[in-house]
Amino acid sequence: MKEERVNTTDYISNVKTKDYVETFAKWDKSMKATHKILIPDMLPWHFMILERLFKNEGYDVEVLKNDTRAVVDEGLKHVHNDTCYPCLCVVGQFIDALKSGKYDPDHTAVIITQSGGGCRASNYIPLIRKALKAEFPNVPVLSLNFVGLEKDSSLDISVSLLLKLVFAIYYGDNIMWCYNQTKPYEEEVGATDKVRDEMVDYVVSMLGTHSFVRYKKVSKRIIKAFASVKRRNIKKVKVGIVGEIYVKYSAIGNNHLEDFLMSEDCEPVVPALMDFVLYCIVNNINEGEMYDKKGKFIWLNKVLYRVLFHMQKKIIKLFEKDGTFEPLHNFEHLRKCGDKVINQGVKMGEGWLIPAEMAALAETGTENIVCAQPFGCLPNHIAGKGVIRTLKNLYEKENIVAVDYDPSATKVNQENRIKLMLATARENLQNSD
Amino acid sequence: MAKLLGIDVGSTTVKLTVVETDGTILYRSYERHFAQVKETVLRELKKIAAQFGGEFRASITGSAGLGLSQRSGINFVQEVQAAFVAIRRFYPDADVAVELGGEDAKIIFVTGGTEQRMNGSCAGGTGAFIDQMATLLNITVSEMDEYALKAEKIYPIASRCGVFAKSDIQPLINQGANKQDISASIFQAVVDQTVSGLAQGRRIKGKVLFLGGPLYFLKGLRQAFVRTLNLSEENAVFPDDASCFMSIGAALHSAGVQAMPVEEIISRVENAQGSDEIVTGEPLFKDKEEYSAFVKRHRATDLKFADIATYEGDAYLGVDSGSTTTKLILITPDSRIIYSHYQTNNGQPVDIIIDRLKDIYKQSQGRIKIRGSAVTGYGEDLIKAAIKADFGIVETVAHFKAALHFNPDVDFIIDIGGQDIKCFKIKNKAIDSIMLNEACSSGCGSFIQTFARAMGMEIDKFSQLGLFAAHPVELGSRCTVFMNSAVKQAQKEGSSVEDISAGLSISIVKNAIYKVIRAASADELGENIVVQGGTFLNDAVLRAFERETGKNVIRPGIAGLMGAYGAALYAQEAGNGNSTTISEEDIQNFSYKSTSTICRGCTSKCNINILTFSDKTRYISGNKCERGAGQKPASTELDIYSYKQERLPKTIAGTKGTLGRVGIPLQLGMYEQLPIWAGFFETLGFEVVLSDKSSRELYFKGQHTVASDTACYPAKLIHGHIESLLDKGVDFIFMPCESYNLDEHDSTNHYNCPIVAYYPELLKANNERLNESNFIMPYLDLNMWDNTVKRLTQALAKYKFKHKQVDAALKVGFARLDEYHKDVRAKGMEIMEKAAAQGKQVIVLAGRPYHVDNEINHGINKLITSLGMAVLSEDAVFDKAEVLNVTVLNQWTYHARMYRAAEFACSHDNVNLVQLVSFGCGLDAITTDQMRAIMESNGKLYTQIKIDEINNLGVVKIRLRSMLAAIEEGNKNKV
Repeated sequence: MKEERVNTTDYISNVKTKDYVETFAKWDKSMKATHKILIPDMLPWHFMILERLFKNEGYDVEVLKNDTRAVVDEGLKHVHNDTCYPCLCVVGQFIDALKSGKYDPDHTAVIITQSGGGCRASNYIPLIRKALKAEFPNVPVLSLNFVGLEKDSSLDISVSLLLKLVFAIYYGDNIMWCYNQTKPYEEEVGATDKVRDEMVDYVVSMLGTHSFVRYKKVSKRIIKAFASVKRRNIKKVKVGIVGEIYVKYSAIGNNHLEDFLMSEDCEPVVPALMDFVLYCIVNNINEGEMYDKKGKFIWLNKVLYRVLFHMQKKIIKLFEKDGTFEPLHNFEHLRKCGDKVINQGVKMGEGWLIPAEMAALAETGTENIVCAQPFGCLPNHIAGKGVIRTLKNLYEKENIVAVDYDPSATKVNQENRIKLMLATARENLQNSD
Repeated sequence: MAKLLGIDVGSTTVKLTVVETDGTILYRSYERHFAQVKETVLRELKKIAAQFGGEFRASITGSAGLGLSQRSGINFVQEVQAAFVAIRRFYPDADVAVELGGEDAKIIFVTGGTEQRMNGSCAGGTGAFIDQMATLLNITVSEMDEYALKAEKIYPIASRCGVFAKSDIQPLINQGANKQDISASIFQAVVDQTVSGLAQGRRIKGKVLFLGGPLYFLKGLRQAFVRTLNLSEENAVFPDDASCFMSIGAALHSAGVQAMPVEEIISRVENAQGSDEIVTGEPLFKDKEEYSAFVKRHRATDLKFADIATYEGDAYLGVDSGSTTTKLILITPDSRIIYSHYQTNNGQPVDIIIDRLKDIYKQSQGRIKIRGSAVTGYGEDLIKAAIKADFGIVETVAHFKAALHFNPDVDFIIDIGGQDIKCFKIKNKAIDSIMLNEACSSGCGSFIQTFARAMGMEIDKFSQLGLFAAHPVELGSRCTVFMNSAVKQAQKEGSSVEDISAGLSISIVKNAIYKVIRAASADELGENIVVQGGTFLNDAVLRAFERETGKNVIRPGIAGLMGAYGAALYAQEAGNGNSTTISEEDIQNFSYKSTSTICRGCTSKCNINILTFSDKTRYISGNKCERGAGQKPASTELDIYSYKQERLPKTIAGTKGTLGRVGIPLQLGMYEQLPIWAGFFETLGFEVVLSDKSSRELYFKGQHTVASDTACYPAKLIHGHIESLLDKGVDFIFMPCESYNLDEHDSTNHYNCPIVAYYPELLKANNERLNESNFIMPYLDLNMWDNTVKRLTQALAKYKFKHKQVDAALKVGFARLDEYHKDVRAKGMEIMEKAAAQGKQVIVLAGRPYHVDNEINHGINKLITSLGMAVLSEDAVFDKAEVLNVTVLNQWTYHARMYRAAEFACSHDNVNLVQLVSFGCGLDAITTDQMRAIMESNGKLYTQIKIDEINNLGVVKIRLRSMLAAIEEGNKNKV
């Protein structure tokens, strides 16, 4: 076995294999002109920006907004009950939307991201295909991935579009980050929402021009706009939301957790999406560092990381200069925080990012945390519930509640557990005064 | 001065307390609310108004109080927080408080880092769980408590949740274990659940306070806690006001709340509106006409009767001895019903059958001659032995026989009983595939019954109520624990009994269709559907099924007796007219004696139960292998699981070594990689020490360090292995983290599952005895040789090994692995040849390497050999099959092996496959569908067995026998 690295994917395509692959509708490039592409809902403002960005590029896309019990019911019908809840929500949302009659099944496609990691989330695509095949066999599923999976069904992304995506994620993060720090404190009800809508329009218009690369200018404008909203000088309980990527961000997935926290008079602290992107990139770099793997792919990730982290540092500087808001987490600091809790080799699912975020939140003044995970999420046994004890030893005041999301879990049950965490949080806040 | 008022609205009770500002308790009450939350609170409030009057500072607490608080605008305090306030006030020296409520369990660590914990969503059901178990035993909770105090032994009962526990308890009841021991075992299960699910690595020690209703009322439960936690008398505190402790806390917490007149509190509660948060669906029937048409259509399939008082001639007896009910039927040669009986077991089913036979003989006065009899169901062997029946047949066969009688073209049968849901697809007049529910979704049928009783109603009346409900409530479909909690929420939100009744019926149907059958569309079910099982006698369930599938189905009038009817039909067809069935005289002298003991045949130490009948014949149950039944065990010659169990530890040469002792926990990935690390460390000069053999006791030993109660059993078991190695005083434990498994060049990627890959991280984080120096867990990718050598050298830096030494040692390790693989594969081929020579069926028992562990597979391999089949494993055969392209993303090494093992089974006529799946294995949610697709596209049966800590082989046996029967049937049809 010594040093005989065979690229397995190529190897398989060269040996005699027996086929058990079901047929399914395939995407081809010409469909760009004829098909509408449905996107599952996950992060409201990021995705709104992406939606408009893709439209500008000539794709007819739509981010789904359907959010009724029917979504979960369709999901239950089509996905194994033991499969994770996010998959169930995504499938449910697609099927429910297609059944609404608003879309022509012969001219509609759906899209999903695919990470290729060791978690079952990489298998969403076959599961979605299977579900669609039963009801809408002509609807192709597109994969959005950067690791070469599903070569014949991936979305072709030009370098310029990829760049725009990266910038859009930063801009979305800036908006989300400022919004969450403003909304709970606004003097005039609705003022923050108004600014947010303006900023989304602004970002989209910038992405339509060549000036979209001027991220410092854009970020500065976003920070200033939110900073101009009049705020009440009160102290609120800050609650960090970490966990599995879908239930962490998606209101369908987490029963509108952010809204619930706001209604409980808290400030939700939702870590940036870019941190997840950087986490994925770092994992690729770590493959080289930890296991001496070499290749263009690792080298490329290193370059990418350097560029993105550089941008993040500049944006953080802008936050610090303005002084109104807690700046975005510095990703290198986040990594160092993570190292105190768990090894960066834990790379499946959200892996070491979860403990890293929990530690970083504690170190930046957010000691109360909801760790959201789908019921029975495998990586989260280890990187979620498994690290709470370590974190408590490191940060005495850290106050974590792990909440399971599932089609059958009752909302009251979840909220009651979060309320327990909040009761402790309020007490800690009082004592700190 | 305004007084303080605490209102605790729990899932089953309402507690109110009035406290003086100085903390003196003036008044307290504890009432069951039977889902009438608002009414009960109002009634109690009025009592307080009458007794005290004036102004109060009030707070509401409790799981059910949340909604009431929001809608009445009365202050809310989370119940654990409330308890904490009261603890600090009255028991400032307490270290820990344990509180059990109706649905929740909580632990508050007061000293050594304050922490408040509640159970996760899965472990719900403590007080409610005890209630359910009491119903199952047909006794009251206080009787159960009395029994528990007289117990002599404790049976291991799965403590994850009520549904699992029930699956463990039911066989105990059926085996005739006494109620004293069962009751105590149930309490012990509650304790284990609390300790493992909540403490999660933190020890419960010091002065412990026990709170909440169940702990206040149940002495047996208290005893179990004190015993398990090893508490001295002064350290186990049971406050007199334990049952309303939260309400006291809520009252104390109100000190800072705006005071208001009691009349205002009453009017606020009175005016609290129901919420619209409950999701509801369409009514089952529009109107009475629709219902009558429905009833008329189904009445067409009622059977004809013959009168036992006048009938003269031959008859055939069928008995279905199920897990919760016993069914018996006597038919004429032209299939009319002479006599039928349906009864809940209530302990010993033998008594029921004997009584009924006596009744038959008495009523028929010699006019009827029993020409044949057959028994089916869980109690098949037992009843067959007791009444000397002619035949014992598998349930699935019995149900199929019965269904054929009602529709010769039947292509789909679904049976929803009290405990189990079974579905069969029929193709070419033979069973083509079988789907049975797994433990998690069992007990749906009896859940309605238990619930109806809790509402003080009979099941018939309760289910009738649902027929015309306007807004059936959505109650989820995962399991009865979740459903129970959803029902309670619905009740609190003001849903009517009608809506809940309909909602329950719909939930059961959804569970069957989406969880058990896993149908993507109704067309998959076929055209001619026969539904049966006692639960389908409920018109609401039947209607919900027809609605959900969009098809009209046949429900025989004897839906609940179909197993027995099928058995009787079988006896009629297969008999030769001379029946051995116990005669009228013999039955008068019939008696039996039941004793239970522990089998000493092997290390499994099964609890066995011996029935000795009056004619001195014996029947033994509870045994996992033939040895327990006093027979010679089947040879292990054709069982690769036994072979691997012996072969794997032999990869350790046993050299003593000079550098120290390395501990290897034999679990998870080590079941594959032991040869590597044994060879590696022995070559370097260490002694390799294996952890203790897996057992339930070993699991309990490490239970307190388990961080996530929904992880798979192999993962939870390894905590015990670690403890055992620490107790052996090894120098260090070695367990690497490996994102990647070995690349076997047959899949897109070669990952390990997240649990196998990173579990060492969790172990280290949650076991205070582990540290950097006694737990070595390097991150390795074994496909990268030089890197692995480098990383191992670093990990063992203390011993200053040279690169060359480590390289050489690793080579020895891999050589041992190769040798091991070679031997396993050679053994596999040897078994194939021998099985072929002996004309035996072969089962590939496909799972992960660690499923070889007997504590994990519960001896399923032995069960298979006892049924006369040979056992192979996935790793023994996969290399003989082609490389596959599959629909799912094929990226885990162990899974890739299974796909190929399935292909192997498909390419051999006498080979079939059974997939072992650990409960909680998220990856297998994906693999199972793919495995099924491979098997079924080759015309083979797919059988899946879900395993967990539950130790109930009864269900597995039925599944395997059904499969065997279907294979035989299929072979017959081929010829």
